[in-house]
Amino acid sequence: MTADSPEKTQAAPSAAKIAEHGIKPDEYLRLVELLGRHPNPTELGIFSVMWSEHCSYKSSRVWLKQLPTTGPQVIQGPGENAGVVDLGDGLAAIFKMESHNHPSYIEPHQGAATGVGGIMRDVFTMGARPVANLNALRFGAPDHPKTRHLVAGVVGGIGDYGNAIGVPTVGGETNFDARYNNNILVNAMCVGIAPTGRIFYSAAAGAGNPVVYVGSKTGRDGIHGATMASAEFDDASAEKRPTVQVGDPFAEKLLLEACLELMQEDAIIAIQDMGAAGLTSSSVEMASKGGVGIALNLDHVPQRETGMNAYEMMLSESQERMLMVLRPGSEPLAAAIFKKWELDFAVIGETTETGRLQVSHRGVLEADIPIPALADEAPVYERPYQLRKPLPLIGADEVPAANSATEALLKLMGSPHLSSRRWIWEQYDHMVMADTVERPGGDAAIVRVHGTKKGLALTCDVTPRYCFADPFEGGRQAIVESWRNLTATGADPLAVTDCLNFGNPERPEIMGEFVGCIQGMAESCRALAFPVVSGNVSLYNETNGVAIPPTPGIGAIGLIPDLAARASIGFEPGQTIVLLGAASGHLGQSIYQLIATGAFNGAPPPVDLDAEKRAGDLVRMLIRLGLCHTVHDVSDGGLLVALAEMALAGNTGFELTAAPADLPLHALYFGEDQGRYLLGVDADAAAAIVARAGAAGVPARIIGVTGGDRIALPGEDPLPLARLRGEHEAWFPRYFGER
Amino acid sequence: MRASVIVFPGSNCDRDVAVALEAVMGKAPRMVWHGDSKLPDSDLIVLPGGFSYGDYLRSGAMAAHSPVMRAVAAKARQGTAVLGICNGFQVLTEIGLLPGTLMRNASLKFICKDVHVRAARTDTLYAKLYPADRAIRLPIAHKDGNYFADEETLDRLEGEGRVAFRYCGPDAEITPEANPNGSRRNIAGLYDESRRVLGLMPHPERMIEKDLGGSDGRPFFESLINGLQ
Repeated sequence: MTADSPEKTQAAPSAAKIAEHGIKPDEYLRLVELLGRHPNPTELGIFSVMWSEHCSYKSSRVWLKQLPTTGPQVIQGPGENAGVVDLGDGLAAIFKMESHNHPSYIEPHQGAATGVGGIMRDVFTMGARPVANLNALRFGAPDHPKTRHLVAGVVGGIGDYGNAIGVPTVGGETNFDARYNNNILVNAMCVGIAPTGRIFYSAAAGAGNPVVYVGSKTGRDGIHGATMASAEFDDASAEKRPTVQVGDPFAEKLLLEACLELMQEDAIIAIQDMGAAGLTSSSVEMASKGGVGIALNLDHVPQRETGMNAYEMMLSESQERMLMVLRPGSEPLAAAIFKKWELDFAVIGETTETGRLQVSHRGVLEADIPIPALADEAPVYERPYQLRKPLPLIGADEVPAANSATEALLKLMGSPHLSSRRWIWEQYDHMVMADTVERPGGDAAIVRVHGTKKGLALTCDVTPRYCFADPFEGGRQAIVESWRNLTATGADPLAVTDCLNFGNPERPEIMGEFVGCIQGMAESCRALAFPVVSGNVSLYNETNGVAIPPTPGIGAIGLIPDLAARASIGFEPGQTIVLLGAASGHLGQSIYQLIATGAFNGAPPPVDLDAEKRAGDLVRMLIRLGLCHTVHDVSDGGLLVALAEMALAGNTGFELTAAPADLPLHALYFGEDQGRYLLGVDADAAAAIVARAGAAGVPARIIGVTGGDRIALPGEDPLPLARLRGEHEAWFPRYFGER
Repeated sequence: MRASVIVFPGSNCDRDVAVALEAVMGKAPRMVWHGDSKLPDSDLIVLPGGFSYGDYLRSGAMAAHSPVMRAVAAKARQGTAVLGICNGFQVLTEIGLLPGTLMRNASLKFICKDVHVRAARTDTLYAKLYPADRAIRLPIAHKDGNYFADEETLDRLEGEGRVAFRYCGPDAEITPEANPNGSRRNIAGLYDESRRVLGLMPHPERMIEKDLGGSDGRPFFESLINGLQ
């Protein structure tokens, strides 16, 4: 390095400058101690993004260690761009979920689009071809003045990106709750498949190896995105629109194909996408993981704008870019591939033995920082936390019974909480790649592993109102619901990715929510041997001191060994309906409670992990044995809603036989007791299935039969399916004034 | 029987149509990179779905100027069968092998769902195995599928028997309600004068087996490949 070192006599930045970079006074003291001097402006910018909550996980790191992350199926757990699990026969699934909450609120279309682009890069960086996208969206109250605009923008942005790149968007979930009014959540998940022998990691190695920049050019967009994502919103947040990046799915498609083409060759030592904090975090992460230094010459960075300085280039979050360390000598081969795909390719530096990040620009050494100061030695906090007192159980008698269960069902199915999401997923190409076996709308989507008879089951789940009422129970429930959804298709649940969205961790009650949810999740994961292999934490989701409900989003994948033995939710005529699992009529925090009383109250339904495991293992066995191919788990809205969804999916009515007298009807029909499945089975197999359930210790009873085009409940007028369908499908189009 | 699939930067249904062709043909088609000006000898050329060049100018507009497209147009005029699906249909209108244009959907939104179409005639290379009076279920996935031509052109196309497929209901009735995107006269597919060039908005390649939700797309490829062998 010929450039001069930043001066030992570098003057201290002003306190205002430091605060503007999101660095606390005590953190600044630590910075100076690690650096041995004051930072220059570029270095302050680099510290600011690397020490941001978004990049450093400084509030969450100590707790994340509680999550189980290993298992025989796990090839790579947390710490890489994405998690990797073994699918057998030389193939692996690579997957992760990530938030893009703050940008999506400020600019919903681009914010959501670049969220999809970012998570796909995390997956193909590791050598996988993305095969499916999912997303979990939380919006404010439907009647909030911004919600309509945000829903339309986010859905449009996700669609525009995923549709153009040609990866199917196969599933997800959408909630509305006033507590997301000023902090929506956009969590995107991507799943890819790679040969197990060709997985690429981000640890750089050696000295003197070329550091290569590929993809789109660098502009001034997204500067300080990571810092923005690590702060609360206030009334002036809309002014942060310039910190939102702009996505180009076409460039990403080219980048995907070019990277996968290069990955066929033996050229890449390490590869890392430039996501949050762009060039800074990608170079620091590669160097840190490999225990090497890295020297960059910014003169060679492909630039979209003129006159960019080092600060801007190091902090830009321009999209569709990758950083690689190549084997020396392989540059011409790699350059030819990127030229074919009409993408920039530039050698911008090399690995070094210095252990430092050294950035030069126009002959000046603009930054010279020990790598550990930016990574392992970044601040870590054990923040004080306060666990919430459990809420009382709500008895069925505390929630008014409906005059007519049929009318209540119509109301629930037509509400924003349970109405059809068709309006959303029809804007996503969910069939491109021609392997979508189970489309959106079921318990879990199923994507065939291309060219095989195997299927991947994919789902996104969490029930934020349960997490708010009881973070620990809510955390447990989020994991078991995803496990149950995979199970209901016949899949062996494999592993989890999490996207942990919370408020300001500096408030003990919010930190308590985080701790409770993590502990609950960890307990369920351990009980079900269902490890967490990747994830993301998004904190500071609050505005003017009002936080979102704790929302630990779970993305989960499972493997169906043979697609010939799988299940979906649609009833067929002539089936006998079997309910598995115990019904206790738990109405606290239920959608019915909201509709009947106007609020969610009391404790959420408790999870019995042993019972969950017994029921799930039984369901999977029944599907594998070919005894059952119609299964739905009972979740939001309870038994009657689950039955109605099965009827609509199969366009087949049902009749319930007389209800058991041990529960009030409204509690039986609408209680959200956990650990339950509904099966549609051949009439002559029903008794044997109930017997098998009994032997397995799973409560089971026959509750009705399918057929016709109406829903018939004891003592009520039959409800035509067409009317139910009309209500169920109407909410979204009506909300957008389309009918 | 030799088939070629043209791959543009941004094509994303190239693999899907190659898989469908191989399933029916028993042999993989050639994948031809758009930058090649030489086209391998082909009995069938497929322009696949996707977002060629990101569709940033106008859907299909940039791809129409690819080096390989000059050769494709020449082959088409000499009678080689050319099938453009979705973005491929848009490219065919952009290079003038088919009249009219595909505008933004009437809903202004991307639409991905199964629709029903009916073959307007069944004496062609592509539709020989379809019944004349029954609905065929195929998926659509597009934002710009709203077929437009002026009334005079539409009358002429109808007169010349060049409408290939029309959107219809499950009962095969051609109604405004069955039209998913606002296309003039419910047009979902269109032939050139020789009826060997076809532009088609729905994706038959996504419906060739029960596991994918149906197999109504399979007779399309069977008819085509039988006809060319």
